[in-house]
Amino acid sequence: MDNNKSGLMKLDPMTPEAVKVKKIFWETEDVFTIELVYDSDEKREFSYKPGQFNMLYAFGVGESAISISSDSSKKNSLLHTIHKVGYVTNVLSKLKKGDIIGLRGPFGSSWPLEEAKGKDICIIVGGIGLAPLRPSIYHILKHRKQYGKFVLLYGARTPRDILYPVELESWRKKYDIQIEVTVDRADSTWRGHVGVVTTLLNYVELNPEKTMAMVCGPEIMMKYAVDELIKHGVTEKEIYVSLERNMKCALGFCGHCQYGPSFVCKDGPVFSFSKVTDIFEIKEL
Amino acid sequence: MEDLSGILRNHPFMKDLDENYLKQITGCASNVAYREDEVIFKEGDKAEKFYLIRTGKVALEINGRDKGNLRILTVGPGQILGWSWIVSPYKWHFEAHALEEVRAIALDGECLRNKCDDDPKMGYEMLKRFSHILEQRLQSTRMQLLDVYKRV
Repeated sequence: MDNNKSGLMKLDPMTPEAVKVKKIFWETEDVFTIELVYDSDEKREFSYKPGQFNMLYAFGVGESAISISSDSSKKNSLLHTIHKVGYVTNVLSKLKKGDIIGLRGPFGSSWPLEEAKGKDICIIVGGIGLAPLRPSIYHILKHRKQYGKFVLLYGARTPRDILYPVELESWRKKYDIQIEVTVDRADSTWRGHVGVVTTLLNYVELNPEKTMAMVCGPEIMMKYAVDELIKHGVTEKEIYVSLERNMKCALGFCGHCQYGPSFVCKDGPVFSFSKVTDIFEIKEL
Repeated sequence: MEDLSGILRNHPFMKDLDENYLKQITGCASNVAYREDEVIFKEGDKAEKFYLIRTGKVALEINGRDKGNLRILTVGPGQILGWSWIVSPYKWHFEAHALEEVRAIALDGECLRNKCDDDPKMGYEMLKRFSHILEQRLQSTRMQLLDVYKRV
């Protein structure tokens, strides 16, 4: 067993730690964010890298793998932005302030923010895919001078489904970042872009030789986004994707999330596209 | 001030186009501007022009009858608006209106069709460029149909 930063003995990674719900709020009709703190008098900190995920355990119901969506430099609490899609997430959505849940993690690989230094960054996200990349966005904005041009392209279903709209606006105003948001469908009151997220590449001037791309969203969306990035000249090894599979143990033991020769929970969820090129095209894998 | 051929040459749609073709196309071109919310064309109207957008954003809408107007696409700087000028019976399938002040180059469809008929090599070059746009729009529409962010 390892000791964590606070000096406390780290538990078996299969054993959840108790964490307390500090706040829960709805981002959209079916997406909510939950803020967690340690349920302990001792001062403990969360430590994770952007792109990693936790297993959240609703006692008596089950566990779900959820990406961390908070600023990794703020260590007192954790944010998870969750799409209410199944039994566990439905129960999580009904939690109240002060409720206790189980947490295991953090697990998995992270976005390559060190390798990205000095490069232009193009983030392409769709739907709830913005949440796993939000910690990276915080990091890049905080260390803005270490990176080149910074572009965020975000696609949502409708204007009502746009995540973090206030924060997007504040990033746009306060930082050197180009943010383009599009929706798949809208009525005439919407003044922004309409069309799939890949059409936003028409509004961006990329220097493919120095661009690193990070892509997250439904797999079919990522496929189209990667195709478009390659058409624009970005190389496969400079494109990173975050995959989602049915994760159970989160340690690469159980095999539920096997993806060809890899386990998404242990080797991913963030992969260089060059490492998954061949199996990315295989349906049902 | 940049002349029309200079503006055309710098538009992504005309990138690397033969100078001789550019000269011919310039003869069909004019500068246009639309105010915010101004209608550029309506569904069913004769498609006499197409537009190379320079600045501003244009919304394309389809009349969904009892569903009202549905916005299906926006196009902006560096993109083209309209391809019905090239396909008989030359009628617009959508309504287009400016979401903000729009500046564009309008190309007269009949003028361009005549020049393409007279110079089939130029016609083929234009068709290749439009086919590329049509392929992109078709792919995008297919992706929209997939409704990948649909609520479960």
